Amino acid sequence: MDILHLLTDPLAYGFMVRALLAAIMVGIICPVVGTYMVLKGLSFFGDALAHSILPGVVLTFLFGWPLALGAMISALVAAFLIGVISQRSTLQEDTAIGIVFAGAFALGVAMISTASNYAVDLTHILFGDVLGVSTTDLWVMLVLGLVVLGAIVAFYKEFLVLTFDPVLALVLRLPATALRYLLLGVIALTVVTSLQTVGIALVLAMLVTPAATAQLLTRRLPPMMMVAALLGVFANVTGLYISYYLNIASGPTMVLVSTLIFGLVFLFAPGRGIIWRMTSNGGRSPAGASPTSR
Amino acid sequence: MPLMTRKIPTHDASLPAVELENVTVRYDQTVALDQISFRLNRGDRVAVVGPNGAGKSTLFHAIAGVVRPDQGQVRIYGSVPGGHICVGYVPQRKAIDWNFPVTVTDVVMMGRVGKMGFLRWPARHDREAVHAALAEVGMSAFADRQIGELSGGQQQRVFLARALAQEAELLLMDEPLTGLDMPSQEAILTIIDRLHTHGITVMVASHDLNQAGEQFPLLLLLNHRLMAYGPPARVLTTENLMAAYGGQVHVVHTTEGDLLLTDTCCGGGHDLPLPELAHAAPPVVQTVQHETVESMRPPR
Repeated sequence: MDILHLLTDPLAYGFMVRALLAAIMVGIICPVVGTYMVLKGLSFFGDALAHSILPGVVLTFLFGWPLALGAMISALVAAFLIGVISQRSTLQEDTAIGIVFAGAFALGVAMISTASNYAVDLTHILFGDVLGVSTTDLWVMLVLGLVVLGAIVAFYKEFLVLTFDPVLALVLRLPATALRYLLLGVIALTVVTSLQTVGIALVLAMLVTPAATAQLLTRRLPPMMMVAALLGVFANVTGLYISYYLNIASGPTMVLVSTLIFGLVFLFAPGRGIIWRMTSNGGRSPAGASPTSR
Repeated sequence: MPLMTRKIPTHDASLPAVELENVTVRYDQTVALDQISFRLNRGDRVAVVGPNGAGKSTLFHAIAGVVRPDQGQVRIYGSVPGGHICVGYVPQRKAIDWNFPVTVTDVVMMGRVGKMGFLRWPARHDREAVHAALAEVGMSAFADRQIGELSGGQQQRVFLARALAQEAELLLMDEPLTGLDMPSQEAILTIIDRLHTHGITVMVASHDLNQAGEQFPLLLLLNHRLMAYGPPARVLTTENLMAAYGGQVHVVHTTEGDLLLTDTCCGGGHDLPLPELAHAAPPVVQTVQHETVESMRPPR
């Protein structure tokens, strides 16, 4: 059996074609948005947000409404509660995030446990069910994905200023608070979009890992986004095929491929990988930067 | 047209560039700024000095309109800072993530974002403004470098260029010289000198009293309250410094005049030669780092 057949054979199944399309879309959207999360240190917030949408997902699932709707409402409620707790008390924001995240997640699991087919559904929600993606799901993902990417392009320069130097955003009289909530909203929308493919527990890896890998390989934001998206698509597609042939759960396989790529880049990246630094005289330059040649 | 049109206050050139009237800023229970009042004219160059935690950064944030005073008013050319996009702010170096994937050009272009408006991409005049700003600070050759690949002085010049690209008329620089070597400090001081000939008003926070006294025509001594404001000879008196630095300052009477020791906890490279600040029995100002008075010898 030649390579081509290895790649095309699974596509005889409709569910594999749909899974592949979902994997590609999520592989583009998540890393592009994740770029801002990596640069702004929002990883924990993203993870918490993903877990906090569980109650909404369960509710809409029980009532047969679209999952995205319940997830969006949950995400907004969680973000609001985090904001209220951290601003109206002396607690740090990460503590507020932790409280809301764990509480909401527990509520979601408790709600599932009252339903009959508890174990199966929880696994799907936590770790994704890319092989069960329907054509309608694909259309919803496409629309939400275009909204997310549209916002990233439209507000590129404002998000860049906000992420790099929030004080400059204020000095330039940009509507910093509104932009910050817009960015958090875009992250929430991205989490909702990816829910079916990788699930609540692993969506963080889709957001953060390819973006972090890309940061080690690039020196400007647009290339970082593009490399992150390429890595995301490559990891997801490769992971999907591996999961098909080796019969491993697909969401975790995609994440493992992505993690492996990060590990390789972390070790061997020119300029910033640790092997490169050890072998090239420490790679010292002003301000602790790597002397990457152009 | 941009989606949102901003109300940009008109500048009344007959009014002071900066005017503070009884400005008080509180964080929770602590008073960061206490009834500060002063005015600066167009083109003034002021060094804001005072002990660590004296409220220098808060003062800049209040003037920039980033922090709203609990009492009193800040006026930039006669109107509140809120709508002005002519206030340039150069942050402390430690406030910036130098591994951020942006080039020198990207950073300077950020200064143009306020003028571009939403859903607009940089136009030719924006790129020209960036080129001109980089040329002004002598950083054109580094336009495509990632910002982490620059030296500390070069990084500071890039942020100066960003404020120029913003067409700032008032420039607030928070500790721009801290931790830089002498040539880098001089390069930046030269640029600041040149800005003032363009009518740009400059405020520089510093904890180096020596340098501030030598390089700036006006000093503003701050410790939550405004302790003194005026030419260095009038501000750097034993009395004022004792009042501003309190327990952190020690006066040693020597045969060659008063030796004034201040203890600053941060930054580096302050063991500079002692300047003659004024002719009439000046206090000699020396900044030492965590040293006791006993270990300090009067200059020979």
